[in-house]
Amino acid sequence: MSTVTTADQHDAHHDHKPTGIKRWLFTTNHKDIGSLYLMFALAMFFLGGAMAMVIRLELFQPGLQFVDPQFFNQMTTMHGLIMVFGAVMPAFTGLANWMIPMMIGAPDMALPRMNNWSFWILPFAFLILIISMFLPGGGPDFGWTFYAPLSTTYSNDSTALFVFSVHIMGISSIMGAINVIVTIVNMRAPGMTWMKLPLFVWTWLITAFLLIMVMPVLAGVVTMVLTDKYFATSFFDAAGGGDPVLFQHIFWFFGHPEVYIMILPAFGIVSAIVPTFARKKLFGYASMVYATASIAILSFLVWAHHMFTTGMPVFATLFFMYTTMLIAVPTGVKVFNWVATMWRGAMTFEVPMMFALAFIVLFTIGGLSGVMLAITPADFQYHDTYFVVAHFHYVLVSGAVFSIVAAVYYWLPKWTGHMYDEKLGQLHFWCSLISVNLLFFPMHFVGLAGMPRRIPDYALQFADFNAFVSVGGFLFGLSQLIFLWVVIKCARGGEKAPAKPWEGAEGLEWEVPSPAPYHTFDTPPEIK
Amino acid sequence: MAKTRSWRWSLPALLLAGQAHATGSQFNMTPGVTDISQRVYDLHMTIFWICCAIGLVVFTAMFVSIILHRKSRGVEPATFHESTKVEIIWTAIPVLILIVMAIPATKVLIAMEDTSDSDVTVLITGSQWRWHYEYLDYNIDYFSILATPRGQIEGRLPKGDNYLLEVDRPLVIPTGKKIRFLMTSDDVIHSWWVPAFAIKKDTNPGFINEAWTMVNEPGIYRGQCAELCGMDHGFMPIVVIAKEPEDFAIWVEQEEARIAAIREEEQRLLALRMDIDEQMALGERVYLAHCAACHQPSGEGLPPMFPALKANRVTTEDRAEHIKVMVDGRPGTSMASFARQLSLRELTSVITYTRNAWGNDTGDVVQAVEVYEYMQGKGE
Repeated sequence: MSTVTTADQHDAHHDHKPTGIKRWLFTTNHKDIGSLYLMFALAMFFLGGAMAMVIRLELFQPGLQFVDPQFFNQMTTMHGLIMVFGAVMPAFTGLANWMIPMMIGAPDMALPRMNNWSFWILPFAFLILIISMFLPGGGPDFGWTFYAPLSTTYSNDSTALFVFSVHIMGISSIMGAINVIVTIVNMRAPGMTWMKLPLFVWTWLITAFLLIMVMPVLAGVVTMVLTDKYFATSFFDAAGGGDPVLFQHIFWFFGHPEVYIMILPAFGIVSAIVPTFARKKLFGYASMVYATASIAILSFLVWAHHMFTTGMPVFATLFFMYTTMLIAVPTGVKVFNWVATMWRGAMTFEVPMMFALAFIVLFTIGGLSGVMLAITPADFQYHDTYFVVAHFHYVLVSGAVFSIVAAVYYWLPKWTGHMYDEKLGQLHFWCSLISVNLLFFPMHFVGLAGMPRRIPDYALQFADFNAFVSVGGFLFGLSQLIFLWVVIKCARGGEKAPAKPWEGAEGLEWEVPSPAPYHTFDTPPEIK
Repeated sequence: MAKTRSWRWSLPALLLAGQAHATGSQFNMTPGVTDISQRVYDLHMTIFWICCAIGLVVFTAMFVSIILHRKSRGVEPATFHESTKVEIIWTAIPVLILIVMAIPATKVLIAMEDTSDSDVTVLITGSQWRWHYEYLDYNIDYFSILATPRGQIEGRLPKGDNYLLEVDRPLVIPTGKKIRFLMTSDDVIHSWWVPAFAIKKDTNPGFINEAWTMVNEPGIYRGQCAELCGMDHGFMPIVVIAKEPEDFAIWVEQEEARIAAIREEEQRLLALRMDIDEQMALGERVYLAHCAACHQPSGEGLPPMFPALKANRVTTEDRAEHIKVMVDGRPGTSMASFARQLSLRELTSVITYTRNAWGNDTGDVVQAVEVYEYMQGKGE
């Protein structure tokens, strides 16, 4: 698609950067900030994962054994918040920081100081959130969806900290999104026309627009929660003329596009990896772009499918059922395009490809259960059960997280200058693949059989599956330690990586040496 | 210590699980016992098989490609990368499949929403963490709370067959009649779910939702609250008993008589003086069933959400305030009014109990007439 005419070898010479902690605190370099985001996301992934382990430990068998119900609710709430806002979103932002400038031939992000700021407020947001758990009465325990009035009248005082923390996360996301948009719009190398952009850049551009549109809505809804709780407003209190269901409409108007914020960049990653290892151009590039845009637009018209049981009028219910079903069409196009890309290619199966292939299969399973959930009458039975838990973990863990892991393996040689340990990587892949299915597949069954979500204890007919699921959970958690080891090992040394370690790879990021010099593309490359 | 105890009970728990399966599939949605639930089940199975078929096609193509089109077999990659014709086809086919799914789904949904011409109406009110059922056609209303003893939950007793799915007073409905449910809540949002009827509807505070069912077979049907409603969300089950209309009529008669008898007894109680031992014994039972989940068996509560009653100003000094809180609840907190939920006798005893348990030792013996007078005084 593109070739570079100017070499960048001389760039390595002006690597003058402060050393030690100052380098990281004051950095405006997109690669440093990308690394910070990724390391932060990894730390949060393990923290959120540890909370999931507490949940699975308590659910290993019926009865209350290890934690009390209130703490259990804090665990489910914090697990959700940390994984969504602390692990998945920062990981994608980290990848965007590292890769977008290198993919479009820009020297850095457009707004480097804001870039620094948008990362460095994030640790404080999570510090506040985590500290709130140690207040008297404990941290947020109303679920990551914080439905009113459970989160207003009936919540404890950590809610104020929760609201503050979400505000900071939102500001961070919005700044990150602005940066991505400005960079992509203004800083593409000469000749890098819109329809030559790598798909990862395209999907991130659309994601950034989604972020800018919905994060203020989240900020609005948490502020309304705050004023309802402390300043005697009644947005969500019927006694004062408000409506608790209004909360859900506002929350999900943010929440559903948020779901796509967490999956669109994943589509971009898979669309980069599959052609590389199939040694064949991506099938239907243009339709991929249009499908991504359609999903983004549709994401604003489907929010109430999270609310079918709230008692909406039939007409509204039908509208949201139909629009939700429509999302299957552009999503299907993407999956078909990936399969067509593989078709008659010459595939090899390095770790990034393995994770990308697992992504396609498991994300499709999650997508199909999503179609089932769209069917309102059936959703009355699925809603708020483990069937839903299975569905969104298939799309978020074996979807979004697998894509992030694939991306890390794919670009790790570029970042560190070393090849990762292929054997350990394959071990990590197979352990993850098997355990993630042990963990989430049986959840479909317990959900259909009638087990509600967010309960610390359950009836005896769910016992066998829950024990099974917990074992899967522990194995999945342990498997991720292999990942940590592979990454650390690769950062510390290993076989030297060439500029382009993957035979079939295309794109500007492979034109610069590995590890990528501190400054790349000071002189823009020319794309023919 | 706590760990070993819980492990010891895991074996009987797993064995019992085997017996509980008889009531429904362990793998799949229940077809239920109403025409609607059967239609929902059929719809579920239809879309399930369609999804399986789609998955099969996609994954077959993918795995054939993975097996055949690999570099190790020495293949040369093809160079095609678009085909408008193919792309239009695989956009159009999913649209058609979705239309095929949407038509029956729309029909079932419209049938589910038609609550007209009902025979019996029940107002369901959720509150933390109990259900209240009020029959609008009869003089009957009562609370329905979890009946599983704490000992089973904490692993001190072996778990029963209906562990966490049993209540003290189930909802009773007649078979073959159209029952309309009106749903609301006293505090947070709950969701009333009985899988066998395919009803799951949120109970929103300040608003009323509707649902309906017509049960064909007499039987006992169990469900649970399906919307996170706070600490004991996992402990507010639903049990519905469907009886033949004649048996239902008998039940209505008995229930009306029972409720009338309670009112009568209340009047008698006003003249009576209960001694402290009797009150302490009954009070402890009531406390453990209704109060201990929040305020803890030790009376130490879970501050600041659920205050300690031990050495609390209200429970040790301000007797009038104590009665007021029990009767009215504390608006804006999880402390509900217990005036309707407990009998006068229970209410009186539990107040006496909390004023004397855990070293509160006020020596106070509250009498029914005192509580009754407060309730009446409020009415005027």
